[in-house]
Amino acid sequence: MSAHTEEPKRPLDREQMAAILAQRLGTGWVVNLGVGMPTAVSNFVRPEQEIVFTSENGVIGYGRLAGEDEEDPDVVNAAAVQAVTLEPGASIVHHADSFALIRRGLVDVTCLGAYQVAPDGSFANWKTQDDGRADLGGIGGAMDLAACCKQVYVVMEHTTRDGQPRLVERCTLPVTAPSGVTLVVTSLAVVAVRDDRFVLEEHAPGYTAEEIRALTGAPLEVSPDLRRVGV
Amino acid sequence: MPRPQILPTFEDALADLRDGMSVMIGGFGAGSPINLLTALWHRDVRDLTLITNGVGFPSPNPDLKAIADLIQDGRVRKIVASFTAATRPSRPGAAEELIRTGQVEAELVPQGTLAERIRAGGAGIPAFYTPTGAGTLLAEGREVREFNGRPHLLEHALTADVAILHAWKADEAGNLVFRRASRNYNPIMAMAADMTIVEVEQPILPAGALDPDHVHTPGLYVHRLVHIPVGGVLRIHRSTGTPLLQTETPEVTPQPVRPEPRP
Repeated sequence: MSAHTEEPKRPLDREQMAAILAQRLGTGWVVNLGVGMPTAVSNFVRPEQEIVFTSENGVIGYGRLAGEDEEDPDVVNAAAVQAVTLEPGASIVHHADSFALIRRGLVDVTCLGAYQVAPDGSFANWKTQDDGRADLGGIGGAMDLAACCKQVYVVMEHTTRDGQPRLVERCTLPVTAPSGVTLVVTSLAVVAVRDDRFVLEEHAPGYTAEEIRALTGAPLEVSPDLRRVGV
Repeated sequence: MPRPQILPTFEDALADLRDGMSVMIGGFGAGSPINLLTALWHRDVRDLTLITNGVGFPSPNPDLKAIADLIQDGRVRKIVASFTAATRPSRPGAAEELIRTGQVEAELVPQGTLAERIRAGGAGIPAFYTPTGAGTLLAEGREVREFNGRPHLLEHALTADVAILHAWKADEAGNLVFRRASRNYNPIMAMAADMTIVEVEQPILPAGALDPDHVHTPGLYVHRLVHIPVGGVLRIHRSTGTPLLQTETPEVTPQPVRPEPRP
């Protein structure tokens, strides 16, 4: 057995998943962070990455989440209730201009939470049940972001609360977009999505590829460079 | 220059609202017209069509009202929004249940499409195509057209009888300035409504006191202004839920952008 199986099993917590997402952002990228786990990502980037974070509500160039002493209730991120700091050079636009820059393709990656992801890059995150109702759900900006950003990174638990896989052959919930996901960070793994395949690139401490595969609802290839997560 | 009405109370500003009107409501966390929303609830007009970011949750403070209160308390016939149901199944709201059972009609719209439909309404553009939503449940039964090899959905502009908005500063000409992310939907809704009603944090300035280069919404689009009086709500502190109230000496001053780099 390889050395990593000797390490105790430790699923990643929300902060660690956000830290992994931060590691995967390229220098100078324009990055959008969705509500939920992704909004923590701005706490974990390094200054030399020179990331520009944008938020659907028109805040361009924000930084980490605001501490209590520096909170300005008028400076919030996509969560609408989470105060963030402004970086030098920040700007603010109205909602339509904010989505104009998204639709125009200026955003390199959007990091979103999801319920399901499939190998074709489709994902589901706006309805918790397949009731056929197009009038009920929480879309927010996810469909615009998924349709127009260069890449979609998804962050989610590896399985549902009752142990069902969230990485699936085909989404059973209504999709947010029929394609676009290129990377999934879960509580157990970092999985690349390319050419209609899931490729395991990183594993949580103590987990083997076989164990992760058993909790995955679609074929999972293993990268020759498979490594333990760096958090 | 045409001058907007400057009214002493929120009730006065909403006095001629009638049953069946369509109302755009600004705000996205910050920038919500909490005082006007509360006055609208007390006004007790019915069969409203609301156009706003989301259904949200009822106000935890009994003295204040939120969009979900208007829906739950029977004032709303239809809502057009980017959130009509909670994204967590553990947190369904009463408003969501009214939609599910057909007592309130809902049109669920992706947020960027919602913003652009409002912008188009204010810009005199009847419809446009967008790639958002193509290949999803929202595209079913819709007009789809291919541009640059990608499917796009036809979307129609939105306008409204009334917009209720929140601004930081205004002058007697109706020019508006919004503070930070409280801008959000407010400027585009001002342009898309026949009657734009704005609650304003700072005392209404004389015309000429705002630098024309710094105006976000020209006064031509603004019909009624109410300066939030002492005791009125400026904003809700989001982590504690406590309202920050207007005092005799307005203490809201823009904080400088943090000059130091993050650690």
